[in-house]
Amino acid sequence: MIKFLLNDTVTEVQSSSPSLTILEWLRTTTGKKGTKEGCATGDCGACTLLIGEEITNNKGETHWHYKTLNSCLMLLGNAHGKHIITVEAVALTKYPELGDLHPVQRAMVECHGSQCGFCTPGIIMSLLALYINNETYPGKTAAIHALGGNLCRCTGYNPILKAAEKAFEYDRAEEPWSAMAIKFKESLLSEPQENALPYLEDNQRKFYLPQTVSQLVELTATYPEASIVAGGTDFAIELSQHLLKPEVVISVSQTSELTQFSEKDGQFEIGAAVPYCDFVDALCTTYPESKELFERLGSTQVRNSGTLGGSLGNASPIGDPAPLLIALNATMDLQSVKGTRTIKVEDFFTGYRQTVLAADEVIAKISIPKRSESLKLACHKVSKRFEDDISTVCLILAVEHANNVITSARFALGGMAAIPARAPKMEAQLIGGRLDTKTFMKAGAVVEKDFSPMSDVRASANYRLITTQNLMQRIGYEFSQAIPVNNITTPSARISHASL
Amino acid sequence: MRHFEMDKLQARGGSVGKSKHHESAIKQVCGKANYVDDFAEPAGCLHGYPVLAPVAAGFITSIDTKEAESLKGVVRIFSAKDVPGKIDIGPVFPGDILLTDHEIEYFHQPVLFVVADSYDTARKAARLVKINCEETEAVLDIHEAIEKQNWVRPPHSLQRGDADSAIKSAKHQISGELSVGGQEHFYLEGQVAMTQLNEDGGIFVQSSSQHPTEVQHLVAKILKKPFNFVTVEMRRMGGGFGGKETQAAPWACLAALATYHLESPVKVRLARADDFRLTGKRHPFYNHYTAGFDENGLIEGVHIEVNGNCGYSPDLSDAIVDRAMFHADNAYYYPAAKIVGNRCKLNTVSHTAFRGFGGPQGMIMAELIMDDVAAKLGQDPLTIRKANLYRPGRDVTPYHQKVEQHVLAGMIETLEKDAQYWERKEAIKAFNKTSPFVKKGLAMTPVKFGISFTVQHLNQAGALIHIYSDGSIHLNHGGTEMGQGLNTKVAQIVAHAFGVDFETVGVTATRTDKVPNTSPTAASSGTDLNGMAALNAANTIKDRLIEFVASHFEVEAESVEFNDNKIIHAKGEMSFAELAELAYMKRISLSSTGYYATPKIHYDRAKAEGRPFFYYSHGVALSEVEIDILTGENTVTRADILHDVGNSLNPALDIGQIEGAFIQGMGWLTTEELQWKDSGELASSGPATYKIPAIGDTPTEFNVSLFDSANPETSVFRSKAVGEPPFMLGFSVWSAIRNAISSLADYKYAPDLNTPATPETVLNAVVATKQWAADNLGANEDTQDEGVSHV
Repeated sequence: MIKFLLNDTVTEVQSSSPSLTILEWLRTTTGKKGTKEGCATGDCGACTLLIGEEITNNKGETHWHYKTLNSCLMLLGNAHGKHIITVEAVALTKYPELGDLHPVQRAMVECHGSQCGFCTPGIIMSLLALYINNETYPGKTAAIHALGGNLCRCTGYNPILKAAEKAFEYDRAEEPWSAMAIKFKESLLSEPQENALPYLEDNQRKFYLPQTVSQLVELTATYPEASIVAGGTDFAIELSQHLLKPEVVISVSQTSELTQFSEKDGQFEIGAAVPYCDFVDALCTTYPESKELFERLGSTQVRNSGTLGGSLGNASPIGDPAPLLIALNATMDLQSVKGTRTIKVEDFFTGYRQTVLAADEVIAKISIPKRSESLKLACHKVSKRFEDDISTVCLILAVEHANNVITSARFALGGMAAIPARAPKMEAQLIGGRLDTKTFMKAGAVVEKDFSPMSDVRASANYRLITTQNLMQRIGYEFSQAIPVNNITTPSARISHASL
Repeated sequence: MRHFEMDKLQARGGSVGKSKHHESAIKQVCGKANYVDDFAEPAGCLHGYPVLAPVAAGFITSIDTKEAESLKGVVRIFSAKDVPGKIDIGPVFPGDILLTDHEIEYFHQPVLFVVADSYDTARKAARLVKINCEETEAVLDIHEAIEKQNWVRPPHSLQRGDADSAIKSAKHQISGELSVGGQEHFYLEGQVAMTQLNEDGGIFVQSSSQHPTEVQHLVAKILKKPFNFVTVEMRRMGGGFGGKETQAAPWACLAALATYHLESPVKVRLARADDFRLTGKRHPFYNHYTAGFDENGLIEGVHIEVNGNCGYSPDLSDAIVDRAMFHADNAYYYPAAKIVGNRCKLNTVSHTAFRGFGGPQGMIMAELIMDDVAAKLGQDPLTIRKANLYRPGRDVTPYHQKVEQHVLAGMIETLEKDAQYWERKEAIKAFNKTSPFVKKGLAMTPVKFGISFTVQHLNQAGALIHIYSDGSIHLNHGGTEMGQGLNTKVAQIVAHAFGVDFETVGVTATRTDKVPNTSPTAASSGTDLNGMAALNAANTIKDRLIEFVASHFEVEAESVEFNDNKIIHAKGEMSFAELAELAYMKRISLSSTGYYATPKIHYDRAKAEGRPFFYYSHGVALSEVEIDILTGENTVTRADILHDVGNSLNPALDIGQIEGAFIQGMGWLTTEELQWKDSGELASSGPATYKIPAIGDTPTEFNVSLFDSANPETSVFRSKAVGEPPFMLGFSVWSAIRNAISSLADYKYAPDLNTPATPETVLNAVVATKQWAADNLGANEDTQDEGVSHV
């Protein structure tokens, strides 16, 4: 059985398909149709809702934190112990007039932020998260980040951006939900814990939500054919688009050992099931160069549930984290009942969507070594659209140098081969070279020795090669500071334009 | 009913001209605005899903449904043989086949229709059907279709003067070509319909459709029943953009077919990827031109050929390519012109209406020519554009309609000054000289867009108004609400006519049994037509009430006024509600229909002459962009727009249409790229690969103003249509990108820039421009970025 709070109602589910998403469950079982299906692939945000979870800070204090998720990508079983808020619960009266609306709703009405209205419930939820997580308007850049995963085809977004600001101009609305959640949590604790392993069942098909890693590896040993899922941002697409009907789903999203994140002496240990939103800020403090990469990885909704373990485990040739982890020489722990082994991230991928992971193994954590003093890091992502788009080319170059002579180079690219891969020939060109533009352009010139990329829906092979080469020139300028970096602003800096 | 005028100041306390929020806004923000998939499903509701063809062209040899039928929950699989009436659902010309049982003409064409007890089961079962075919060679390239003269409809041409000799005798000649990409509508609510038997055994259809009457007709025809057998209801769409004008009908027909046979409610809802694959898009075009012009850049003659990729069937393509031809002049006078339009048949889904209806694909040629002429003469493109505008004496279009309203020169001048075109142009030139990788561009482009359906009989509308005895008003009209605010505007018009508060008027779902024989809500005409029909209905009732008040209170009819929710006459006043009650008690009819047909328009297609358009809407946009010449990435940093909506009925809604259309046009021209695989299968079949603008793409600075001028024609309150025209303001973005690239050749070269201008397309143009500069400007040109290489 799983148990969670839906708006103000404690909800228990025992019998359900293991692959049911929250969106389908809401629309077909509860009759709550305010949450819309626009794409069922996490790209449009029309099904956005808030998910609340209890957070414990390092002083041991707890509070309920609410964040947005795409309900089309979240499995029902993953809701266990959480608080789901849907658009129906935002206004607190039944037949509201303008003055009865929540500030984010009222602002959307007064700024004319809805036209056809189909994306509107999702936008309301994204605005609500922005509102309850900020006392005052956090600025246009934050608003754009909050709404980057919500597509609107009617308005052109201008009135929505205005509404994001205006919502903070009314009298502040109290947030009523965490009080409900605290009560819910108390009721959970007061119950006998007969069910240490939450699960769902539908005839023979099962969903398990192991709470500890020992439960997890026992399950993977018992069901080696099971689908392992964390945030579900990729897995749920397999369900909705390829109509997969897995017999057994094991979710690692609440496995305590896999949801730990720590930073010690500059070294990062990131549990495989830690969502991006919980570690990216810390990582980007040490590696500010990677900030844009993470800001552009999916959308806020995706970063609120997606994990490194999920991204690596899927072994997509175009996932953005893998090239970064390879360039930073990260390692990963793979765990099974037999024990744990540690391998380099770059050795994990063996072919298109193929990895060394054994059927009974799970990715437990990812470790990033301490940053070297002389490390220079460049992260570039090129895609058709700036936000919420998959990379045409994702290029990460990490070099170390002594007296301006390059001593080591780790150059990893996504979108250039069947797996995220290093560029040995280009690296060889760099090592021993001076830290100037020429060195990088020389390395760029041999791109074809390392890669023969594909032409696909995102771009031609030729474009991928030229862009890689051209970006090496940019990196040369950046690293050698041949011209001030702010003179080579990129149009992809449009988010910073927005904040001007 | 006569076309008549009403001064918007005639009523006090009316709401015309006020920025009322959308009538459904509060419901929308609460998740309480229901779309077709949100209505409670009737008990026993079944779900249907189409089975799709596995090749782009060929003949079906055999079909194996065994595995699908054995799936638990499958009720029945329908084929063409189960259709009692017409199988062809072509809206104007035959060619659109509901279910094919023989020839396959595009990849994923519907072949069968599975009905099951759940949505999942129907989808799953549809994939288990095996279709074997004998594949034939598909035509997937427009050039091949042109070469083979593979048309869905015969070519048409417009001619005025002798274009070829005008071009030849001009001082300069220039020619160019352009591939224009298509566009997926990506309405957020996908195609959906639900059908059930009504109380008398007829069929009740709920469909997300811009054209309920056509859905009604087609459902009746496939079932071989009279039109009154079918009732269609449509409360609201989650976006339409033209994509639900004809494309909503097949799903309603399939659901109705199953309901008819199974006597059960049936719902059809396409998953997003299938919505992409199975519904038509904006037509991709391949166009070319030759132009002759003088030393000042004044056009003397043009020859333009536009070729629309229509897909496998005519659908609406005849009128769409016509509109492309009608707009190949945009706002510019061509003293002599020959404009040829071909309707190419390819083995893809049948392309269809999309905001602008071919207009954008033709109009872009005029803007291409202006930029090319400017580069050739080394002039600023805005100077060339201004010189060529229609003006008195130079005012006849290639289809011989006289342009009577000349506002664009003034609008351009205003925007030029307010948005500091020339100062910014200089600043950008200076920036581009020193910025190594990022180049800026600036462009101002005008829009002149003809308003009316070019198919004359569609220019009519009906409405129905009831006043209940408590004074509340029920309004119904033949238009459909897809987010544009049509219901809001029509309610404002009716409230204004009765001098009552906007809230007094309730608008209800569009239904074919309330207002019959309606036109699609398309061609930007929704308010022009339905607003006027509603006003006529209101005035009919109002006339009765005035006559009643005059005789009841023994006052002059002229003294009766409807203002501030009151009726004021020479001897006193009463509230509107009291009047309604009194009129009811005195047995005065409080209900009326209203009707409207657009005057003045006519077009002789055989001669290619006439006045197809009642009037023109205008707009001007100035866009500033940045491009990265290393990657081709580009972004719009600022847009300034001045747009002509006549007397605005609702400034907030009009600005919403303008902003939204501009961004949609920008997306069409930049990030939205449709791609088909070599097999003919759509490759960009979902939002993961087809990128519409996201919130960060909205220009950092985005200024939109309404041009203050009344419509010289007697439209409803002298307003103008606004749905489509501002879409084409997006050209300023495309032109600004070309401008930024041409900085690499000192603005002496205008690079080819097919649309969409994706990073890859821009990078290719950058490479070509640098090559041209190297060949033509010599080595001493300042090219700091000389190291940028290409493979």
